[in-house]
Amino acid sequence: MTSLALTRESIARVRPGPAVAAVLIALFLLLFLVVPVVQVIFVAFQDKTTGAFTLINFADFFRNDLFMRSFWNSFYVSAMSVVVASALALPLAYLTTRFEFRGAVLIQSLGIIPLIMPPFIGAVAMQLLFGRNGTVNLLLRDHFGISIPFMEGLNGVIFVQSIHYFPFILINLSASLKNIDRAMEESAQNLGCHGFRLFRRIVFPLAMPGYVAGASLVFIKVFDDLGTPLLLNVNDMLAPQAYLRISSIGIADPMGYVISVVLIVCSLLALWVSALAMKGKDYATVQRGGGGLARRRMKPLELVAAYAVVLLILVLVLAPHIGLTLLSFATIWSFSPFPDAFTMKHYGTVFLESGQYITNTLLYASLAALLDVVIGTAIAYLVLRSKLPGRQWLDYIAMAALAVPGVVLGIGYLRSFYDVPMPFTGQPLSGFWLILVFALAIRRLPYALRACTAALQQVSNSLEEAAENLGATKLRTISRVVVPLMSGGILAGFVTSFATAAVELSATIMLVHSQSDAPLAYGLYVYMQSAAGRGPGAALGVFAVVIVGLGTYLSHVIIERGRRERGQDH
Amino acid sequence: MSRTLHGVAAALAVLLASSTAAFAQDPSGKLVVVTSFPKDLTSAFQQAFQKAYPKVTLEVLNRNTNAGVKYLQETASNNGTDLFWASAPDAFEVLKGANLLQAYKPKVEGIPEKVGAYPINDPEGMYAGFAASGYGIMWNSRYMKANELPAPKEWSDLAKPVYYDHVAISAPSRSGTTHLTIETILQGEGWEKGWRTNKEIAGNYRTITERSFGVPDGVNSGSFGIGIVIDFFALSSQASGFPVEFVYPTVTTIVPANIGIVKNAPNKAAAETFVDFILSPQGQEVLLQPAIRRLPVNPATYAKAPADYPNPFKDTSLGSQVNFDVEVSQARYNVVDALFDQLITFQLDGLKAATRAIHQADAALAKKPNDKGKALLAEARDLVAVMPVTAQEAADPQLAGAFTVERKSATDAVPERQAQVEQKWAAFAKDNYAAARKKAEEALALAR
Repeated sequence: MTSLALTRESIARVRPGPAVAAVLIALFLLLFLVVPVVQVIFVAFQDKTTGAFTLINFADFFRNDLFMRSFWNSFYVSAMSVVVASALALPLAYLTTRFEFRGAVLIQSLGIIPLIMPPFIGAVAMQLLFGRNGTVNLLLRDHFGISIPFMEGLNGVIFVQSIHYFPFILINLSASLKNIDRAMEESAQNLGCHGFRLFRRIVFPLAMPGYVAGASLVFIKVFDDLGTPLLLNVNDMLAPQAYLRISSIGIADPMGYVISVVLIVCSLLALWVSALAMKGKDYATVQRGGGGLARRRMKPLELVAAYAVVLLILVLVLAPHIGLTLLSFATIWSFSPFPDAFTMKHYGTVFLESGQYITNTLLYASLAALLDVVIGTAIAYLVLRSKLPGRQWLDYIAMAALAVPGVVLGIGYLRSFYDVPMPFTGQPLSGFWLILVFALAIRRLPYALRACTAALQQVSNSLEEAAENLGATKLRTISRVVVPLMSGGILAGFVTSFATAAVELSATIMLVHSQSDAPLAYGLYVYMQSAAGRGPGAALGVFAVVIVGLGTYLSHVIIERGRRERGQDH
Repeated sequence: MSRTLHGVAAALAVLLASSTAAFAQDPSGKLVVVTSFPKDLTSAFQQAFQKAYPKVTLEVLNRNTNAGVKYLQETASNNGTDLFWASAPDAFEVLKGANLLQAYKPKVEGIPEKVGAYPINDPEGMYAGFAASGYGIMWNSRYMKANELPAPKEWSDLAKPVYYDHVAISAPSRSGTTHLTIETILQGEGWEKGWRTNKEIAGNYRTITERSFGVPDGVNSGSFGIGIVIDFFALSSQASGFPVEFVYPTVTTIVPANIGIVKNAPNKAAAETFVDFILSPQGQEVLLQPAIRRLPVNPATYAKAPADYPNPFKDTSLGSQVNFDVEVSQARYNVVDALFDQLITFQLDGLKAATRAIHQADAALAKKPNDKGKALLAEARDLVAVMPVTAQEAADPQLAGAFTVERKSATDAVPERQAQVEQKWAAFAKDNYAAARKKAEEALALAR
């Protein structure tokens, strides 16, 4: 883990290492999150006429029917999305970690792919398949004379969001399940606990940190998400309201910023509630000998049922990608169940035009994800293991990034860094591509942080104490004991951050200063603005999904091999 | 196929041009263009331009119009952009108002003063029109056939009950082009009547999209049948092979899409060359490419256009019905947007319910006439149509003040906050739509 060099060095050099690490992280967050955001949202507290401090704008918010309706809609959609996402994630996570299941790694990788649905085209594909005049409804109407309103209003948002974000639960829950000490399960079995009772009373509670981490991410993410409701033209939710306010010409009233503040506060509240739910419980297990649950073989009939469930879920959650793939090969697809004809032309176009986008994306997303797991691990460690005063605030502030709409962050970066010239070239600092990496890292830090925190919660403190008692330095303990034990969670964090950063658009669109520095999401955006660009846009989307999907699969394989070599498995 | 041919033709034209351009001082360096135009358009111009002026590296930054304006405003202190290139003249007005553009008079000859009733160039020379576009109605023929819908011709057709739940538009607050469509109807029919038409059409909306392109996109894929769009969206969709049709209603405005040089442009010489290039015959011809399909502002270019290509300089019925008054439009710009959002976009469910009830009562009354029912129905229609502000109030700077960005000085009193005004309008619309629905239902009961 060379990625931990920064924290390690700083810990090694100065005796009160954690304090230095905390200060460095705090500085980073201050510079790249707090300052830019405050630059933008202070407007919410400003009287428009006098410029003085006021809370009147918040009173306006609560007096406004539209905003209150939006607020409840957002809340309802987020809660329902958690329910639906759990229904999708639980069977996949349980079946693949608990049983001998052929291709479990493949299934888990496929299960992560929904996260890398690039903006714009995901909703286009879903409309083509499930919309009022999509494949499913056209076929149903032709054959049975009925149609199902999958995509109408809030339903559509819940449907698309749960498919899009359920991997958060899947990844974190699987990581947790794998980390449960087999001895726990065996003891329970010895005491006569079996079947569903075993799952309900022992396995699921032990996996709680992962589930809660995932579920709270889903809730907050859906609460703050902008793209999906906008693309489905559902405007009476909070995030779209904020975005519509902030990004319209001429309408520069404070309400957009007020809504941003409300979003941030709600997300912090959700985190606080999830922290409260976990409080006073100890999820750490001491032994690491039998990592992961015992996998057992299923009876033939069970196996058939399990495969059926897994296949059904996979088809459902991969629907956007199936639609996207069809679209990328389609000549014309209009008001018909399937495209009129197929062609390879779009791939040719993309191949000629978009190589730069792909390399840029890989560079930006992997740097951002690396930064995220380094900072995420450090914050998790500081929060859970150190006694620094105010350490919780690092967690809260980093998580608040989740609630900052990408546009707000983008504008904040422009305001904060535009006037700062870069050394040597004199160009504005905000035009430097590394700024884009920082923006992506900040936006995706919460994912990595939650994953790392969940992982660390499952590592018992006594293991560290043991190592130190045997004479290991703090640094050596962290690098040789703690981090390896957390590796599953860190990887989960890396993968989520990487995959989602690779397709991030909203902050990117404000910060791209030249075409040669533009990432893939920007290219997609450009393609999807014209009728002729739809096919090539879909093809570029397929490229994105394949590349990030392969990356995910490879990292799974690597980590599994690493485990096996260390003899943690089987 | 025809695309390649056009490409070859453009390349040849450029080759000729470059030999003549060599006499002038060759501009060089990096030229940064912020644009809202699709890649089809920008890359075609980019290729043509780079062949004519190989020393200039063209950097195209794609942003939607609003984000582009924001970007220029935020970066003005250390500007790195040379040109702003977008459709909506209003966006240029905003930039001009913020003093972010610089004047330039193009050297190209033969461009008329007006297209339809709209002036092509800014009178102060801050920006120049390079292509004209008109608004109209686009539909998916497969969708229309499956739903047995007749083809619409005029805006008022869209208010007919048969189109209930089939029409889409983008929000005028989000799309400068839609704003102009709405404003055109308001100016063409007058404030009260215009809003009545707008709301009657709105009662048939299936959805209101956030991006302008969301409308042609939905029509292309068949998510909804009919869209109110700017012509090139429909024409280029057609050219890409989608089963869509398009018509210009009589009340439409042909409006130029524009280009302007940004104040303190780092590469002013190249920026001027680019403006002249896109107005020149070889630049204007790029507009005729099937994936672009915009109306050139240089009348000579139409000689090279396909036979059925709309020509606003010849076809006088196109876009000349309304004498579009830019000043009237400017004075109430934000108010019209906010009214549309509060009365229509965010009250769409209530408006649709009222419209549905009115349609049903109307059909029932046609079969079984009833005077009291008719009176009730007329009341219901008036309740939907009534506006919370008059045309005079809408143009009142006091009201507009609630929506503007900057206070001129701390002593400038703004009587009401935007959120307050909006809440008032929203409540007004909500109550009226509910009352209208009730009246229509009573009328329906009488006709049974």
